Amino acid sequence: MKKRNAILTILSILFLIAFLYYADNRFNAYQIRVLNLCAIYAILGLSMNLINGFTGLFCLGHAGFMAIGAYTSALLTMPVAVKDQNFFLAPINEALRTVTLPYPAALLVAGILAAVFAFLIGAPVLRLRGDYLGIATLGFAEIIRIVITNLQTITNGALGLKAIPAKTTLWWSFGIAALTTVVILLLIKSSYGRAFKAIREDEVAAEAMGVSLFRHKVLSFVIGAFFAGVGGGLLGNLLGAINPLLFRFTLTFNILLIIVLGGMGSITGTVISAFIVTTGLEFLRFLDQPFSLGFVQVPGIAGLRMVVFSALLMLVVLFFRRGLMGTNEFSWDYIVGLFKNMCKGTGKPLSKGGIK
Amino acid sequence: MAHLRIDAITKQFGGLTAVKDFNLELQKGEIIALIGPNGAGKTTAFNMITGVYEPTRGKIFFNGKEITGLRPDQITKLGIARTFQNIRLFRELNVLDNVLIANHLHLKSNLFEAVFHLPRYKNENREMLDKSMFLLEKLGLADNRNDKSNSLPYGKQRRLEIARALATNPEILLLDEPAAGMNPSEAEDLTEFIKQLRDDFDLSIFLIEHHMNVVMGISERIYVLDYGITIAQGSPYEIQNNQRVIEAYLGVDGDA
Repeated sequence: MKKRNAILTILSILFLIAFLYYADNRFNAYQIRVLNLCAIYAILGLSMNLINGFTGLFCLGHAGFMAIGAYTSALLTMPVAVKDQNFFLAPINEALRTVTLPYPAALLVAGILAAVFAFLIGAPVLRLRGDYLGIATLGFAEIIRIVITNLQTITNGALGLKAIPAKTTLWWSFGIAALTTVVILLLIKSSYGRAFKAIREDEVAAEAMGVSLFRHKVLSFVIGAFFAGVGGGLLGNLLGAINPLLFRFTLTFNILLIIVLGGMGSITGTVISAFIVTTGLEFLRFLDQPFSLGFVQVPGIAGLRMVVFSALLMLVVLFFRRGLMGTNEFSWDYIVGLFKNMCKGTGKPLSKGGIK
Repeated sequence: MAHLRIDAITKQFGGLTAVKDFNLELQKGEIIALIGPNGAGKTTAFNMITGVYEPTRGKIFFNGKEITGLRPDQITKLGIARTFQNIRLFRELNVLDNVLIANHLHLKSNLFEAVFHLPRYKNENREMLDKSMFLLEKLGLADNRNDKSNSLPYGKQRRLEIARALATNPEILLLDEPAAGMNPSEAEDLTEFIKQLRDDFDLSIFLIEHHMNVVMGISERIYVLDYGITIAQGSPYEIQNNQRVIEAYLGVDGDA
């Protein structure tokens, strides 16, 4: 069994690599960008799910951490000449002007900086519970955005940054997405992960069992923010241009949508739903353009495609509270069992331990 | 030196005094009970010992060391574990995970070692698994280890709570109404079971209970609370014959 699963895992990794190689060479720029976005949203979804889904902290500060990551990575990868072009209103801070780092180092710094901010924010804010925590983190994300808008010599203010080196390739985005998945999976399966889940299930009982609430909440929050920062960095270097308006609440909402659809507390669900939502948003672009329903002409309404997802979210919240996967995870045993059942036709139903 | 000594703790919620000047001494290896009518302040007393509430006045000593005002997780780490009156399991997690979580407080591996399963964590993890399985075995829950904890029948949920508390390596176990919802024969089994626990795990036990058969059967001493005031304390025999206790439970005849 174990051997079979290992073989299947290796085969699927090889298949993924082959697919990426094919996509990298044959797909057009638009398709590659969508694939990149899928992987980046998977990273962001996973990091948010760690905080919201596994630790049960209702936190809406993701856009803020992403903004920190995106700006850090962008500024650290831009050559001096590009920086000078960007900062035409006010010259860039002299210390920042000459610093350039290789892409992986820039992403790492982006993550670390986001984590540091998360620690500073988390220490006071994580004493709040439930909705109050949501509102406070939302407020902090907005504060970060406003500060970025006003730090003219560091972030170029409302003008944003343009001509950011396009360093994000499929290999970077999918590689880091895979890394994030593995690290978060291992974390969740470790004793610390169990403590996170205990906090989600019952704070009072968790504390009575010796789990230090504050320490573990901050830990989860900081790790989540780290990956959000890395994801933000990848996004900035993919888009090529960022400005403070990109990091409004709607960005957090998109990620929240992904984890609610995928299942709060499921890594598999988050990854699947990141791909579905991201590609779905692209497929539904026709809704933003004028189209005809046969009897009535709909003028182009920007953002109409988001209505589809809002409706979907409402349906999920009303009828499928657990989302696509609930708290279940993917396992080869389940897939193989499913396959055997289909072959047997009326085989015995899946055992309840099917999805692990 | 008393294992647990409580020095005149008082808890006020605004104008309401839930517990007033409560004193207690628990010797090593003793089983003592706290009884009283509903709303007498029993669980409030428990919550002060375990750090959920900070006493308005008074002090609590564990092995001679003051623990007043510490957080619940710190107190558990020192060696006082508890169960809850209305069962508080980690409902969506399986039975084994529930017990494993209670081992976490003694984990020495740091986050990095744990995430990447380095040798020290691997060893510790194996020990945690062995200990948890041993406890589940002991409490007759081993066959349920992969079941979701909220799918267990009521009696087993109560036992799982005890298993979970034991996994924190306590010296003192606080049981909040362990026999709640049990029929007389189950309650009788429980009496034996609690004594067995004390002997096997070298515990001192302090319990709140309403089943008088259980209380009289196992406690060496009993404290009685009524409206937050300690109205009696003594051996089960003394308590059964104490006029004030009888009045508190049965009411006073106005014409008498």
